[in-house]
Amino acid sequence: MVTAAPAPTEARIWQLLEDVTDPEVPVLSILDLGIVRQVSIEGEHITVTITPTYSGCPAMNAIATDIRLRLLAEGYSQLTIHNQLSPAWTTDWMTPAGRAKLEAYGIAPPVDGTATGHVLNLFGQDTAVRCPLCKSAHTHLVSQFGSTACKALYQCDDCREPFDYFKCHA
Amino acid sequence: MATPDLSPAQLAAPTYPAELRSQLFQYVVQLADTSLILAHRLSEWCGHGPVLEQDLALSNIALDLLGEARSYYQYAAELEGRGRTEDDLAYLRSAVEYRNPLLVEQPNGDFAYTIVRQFLFDNFHYQLLKELKAGPDARLAAIAEKSLKEAAYHLKWSSEWLIRLGDGTPESRRRLDKAIAALWRFAGELTTPTPGESHLQELGLVPDYAALLPAMQAHVAHVLAEATVPLPTAPVAQLGGKTGRHSEHLGYLLAELQYLQRTYPGLTW
Repeated sequence: MVTAAPAPTEARIWQLLEDVTDPEVPVLSILDLGIVRQVSIEGEHITVTITPTYSGCPAMNAIATDIRLRLLAEGYSQLTIHNQLSPAWTTDWMTPAGRAKLEAYGIAPPVDGTATGHVLNLFGQDTAVRCPLCKSAHTHLVSQFGSTACKALYQCDDCREPFDYFKCHA
Repeated sequence: MATPDLSPAQLAAPTYPAELRSQLFQYVVQLADTSLILAHRLSEWCGHGPVLEQDLALSNIALDLLGEARSYYQYAAELEGRGRTEDDLAYLRSAVEYRNPLLVEQPNGDFAYTIVRQFLFDNFHYQLLKELKAGPDARLAAIAEKSLKEAAYHLKWSSEWLIRLGDGTPESRRRLDKAIAALWRFAGELTTPTPGESHLQELGLVPDYAALLPAMQAHVAHVLAEATVPLPTAPVAQLGGKTGRHSEHLGYLLAELQYLQRTYPGLTW
């Protein structure tokens, strides 16, 4: 039996969402990642609005399920998870705590203001991506496309560590 | 932010008159088919890429396009309003009902062939999304805003590879020249409007292809010059896919793509 949950408050729901992690980067909560746009409550009904990082991100379905399970575990069963595309997600929404966790996990966090998406900048790369292992700034881009849609592949020129870089996506 | 933050209700309820809604449905299905078919082609590379990094790149791009296709199919299903879902539209239409241009259904060939196909598409796709993002249809603008960021990476990638292959070894150049000779005739269809597209363009609801051409041509000229490849003389555009007249390749592709739903209708995970 699920015990009757206290009436949901926005603060309580936000607190519970902190427990939901990105299945592909499990050190990050979805709040660290900045994909939760809104929590709204009407009576007993809770609506959580999330924004996908990338159009084809396969983690989004898993994240929606995890949110549902986390809230269900607290007895909140009237839920809508809404996917919102616009405004599009940007790495600017990633929290400072999230960035620190990423680096400690071995993934270089996005360097703001250095999106390389500009197509006329052929063969250009993000500057000053710091190696998460030895912290050297002498690194080079191996491929714009890494182990998941949101990451690029880099290598450190000093310690030779190959590492993922969370692409700046402004 | 460039586009307004619309509520789900506003995004889900287009208020177009029935006839216009039906025309827009066709247009959105065409966008969806184009991204889906190219995504499927690129996914065929998975595990077969020339090197691991490029195998990953091809799969990443396939995934982006698949996500974009889903957004379009979901919107198309709502516009149609007859209870069909995104899966019905993708899995239960035959080749003659598909509206993708011929370019994207062409087989992968070798890596140079895939790069030329991708470059021609990316160059169009990037400019199209820029215009769609600023367009009057809020839902298409939201999808385009999201996909544009990804399409920029795709175009950068295919442009750089075209340059590497063109200005690379005699062998890479030979293969690139062969791919350009085979595929350039399919580029024209991307920017040749069908009667349905012309109508929507006249209404200002979707981007006018004529407006995309200067930026597209400038980028082609820039990249080919870097690749040391002479600009091909524009061949007569091979048309057909956008009006349902496809090459023989699409049937085989759909047979694989749709196999499960055709064999076990309604099967779910």
